[in-house]
Amino acid sequence: MALLEASDVHGGYGGMNILNGVNMAIEANEIGVIVGPNGAGKSTMLKAIFGLLKVSQGEIRLRGEPITNTAPNKLVHMGMGFVPQEYNIFPSLTVQENLEMGAYIRPQNFRRMLEQIYEFFPPLLEKRRQPAGELSGGQRQMVAMGRALMVEPDVLLLDEPTAGLSPLFMNEIFERIKTINAAGVGILMVEQNAKQALAIAHKGFVLAAGQNRFTDTGEALLNDPDVAKSFLGG
Amino acid sequence: MNELVFFINNVVVSGTVSGSIYAMGAIGVTLVFSIMRFAHFAHADMMTLGAFVVLLLTTLFPEVGGVVGLPSALLLLPIAMAVTAVAAVGIDRTFYKPLRAHDVKPIVMVIASLGVTLMLQGLIRLFAGTGSESLYIAERKDIFRIELPFELASRPIVVTEPQIILFVFAIVAVVSLHLFLSRSRLGKAMRAMSDNPDLARASGINTNTIVAVTWVIAGSLAAAAGTLLSLDVAFKPDLSFFLLLPIFAAAIVGGVGHPYGAIAGGFVVGFAETLAVFNWSVLLRPIRDSFPEWLELPSNLALVGTEYKIVVPFFILVAILVWRPTGIFKGKVI
Repeated sequence: MALLEASDVHGGYGGMNILNGVNMAIEANEIGVIVGPNGAGKSTMLKAIFGLLKVSQGEIRLRGEPITNTAPNKLVHMGMGFVPQEYNIFPSLTVQENLEMGAYIRPQNFRRMLEQIYEFFPPLLEKRRQPAGELSGGQRQMVAMGRALMVEPDVLLLDEPTAGLSPLFMNEIFERIKTINAAGVGILMVEQNAKQALAIAHKGFVLAAGQNRFTDTGEALLNDPDVAKSFLGG
Repeated sequence: MNELVFFINNVVVSGTVSGSIYAMGAIGVTLVFSIMRFAHFAHADMMTLGAFVVLLLTTLFPEVGGVVGLPSALLLLPIAMAVTAVAAVGIDRTFYKPLRAHDVKPIVMVIASLGVTLMLQGLIRLFAGTGSESLYIAERKDIFRIELPFELASRPIVVTEPQIILFVFAIVAVVSLHLFLSRSRLGKAMRAMSDNPDLARASGINTNTIVAVTWVIAGSLAAAAGTLLSLDVAFKPDLSFFLLLPIFAAAIVGGVGHPYGAIAGGFVVGFAETLAVFNWSVLLRPIRDSFPEWLELPSNLALVGTEYKIVVPFFILVAILVWRPTGIFKGKVI
């Protein structure tokens, strides 16, 4: 049984359909990467999975259980974490308070998970008493991911985790994502840096105009001349 | 020396009194704004409502305070705070929540709160009449005259019992609010929701609970502020309504959405008012002899007359919106 599975998902904002039948599935311990041109519906797909957008047709399942159009706070209880691309931290709260809010629904986890997060993201430990809004872009991204990891999700949805980061931080974030995945968290992420992302992906989904254009393993997509020509810039 | 005593009585004491009242009101306004993103115009009448509940209870049990030697009204205040908190949550459920569910613009919420204000005023007038009533029913207001140990100071510093209660209460309220917001899980969740409501929901924070907690805090503080003010002067159905402007000025001066800013803003507005109506000529009298003969000292040198006190918060409000719209503590721009 797939960890997260979406079949023939349609949906959009206010009657305008952006998704026109998207299919994707990732197994536990896998990294799935969604790539594609602007406006293909990549971020929209993540939002549809996380219940932030009405799905008009199709089904989404978590561990086989249907979760189509389930409210985000319920999904958090079911083991799903979401890191939005923007506004993904509480800027006036300290780093540690941000993480504490991540564990809001499981306060008993807080101490144990906190240590683990500081191990994952060592720079956060020394900045723990600083307001998260004062951190650099890469460190904010760490706070955002750390917050979502505090509930020990089975699957983590990441919307462009490296957007706006310098190449140095970008590599660091990709490394962290691999580490998190190695610790047993399934990951589904949208990425602009398609080549780098597909390189760490088990599964890759190339979307265009709200539909799957190519679906394969990350490696196969990277080596596919058609994908390279149309989506990876040659 | 007597001039200094006059200054203490008219500026330090009364500035602290108004400052504490404004601060407690502004905390509620700012909290409601930071969680629900609208200016709650019915806040002043929630203060009146709290004081009205105290008036009712004190009329029913006028002797209860005598047992412990405190004013009955003060002893009954916690009950009124609870009643007002419940009423605030009820008002939200009945009038504001359906609008929020429709995702209306903030201005619609503001107008709804204006409606609630009119409704509360009407209801209170219906039961309490339009006149003023003292909250000291069975006892007398204690007035403390503190004599200064200086030969030249023949006049005492005058502080009344309700004023002392007000100072103590304001300090306790501010400290407990600080501990709540910085230490408790619920308080932090409240700040989180103020920062980023979508992310708060995505973290599994139940935003309905946070909204209810906000109303409980705002309602009970409003009840306390209204009651303590009515203890100091007297209960009137329109007493707090005229505080709406200074309270909003305080919240904006402090930076909307900042509870600590609201406290600072409350005292800024309170002291600005009392300094503006203070007769500075009194302080100049001792050095009158050193003035040149052609310069006559006017008998009243106040910036504005007491009856025009309301222009002070209005001026502060305009000034802050023009020159520093985020307030002292860099709040949200409205």
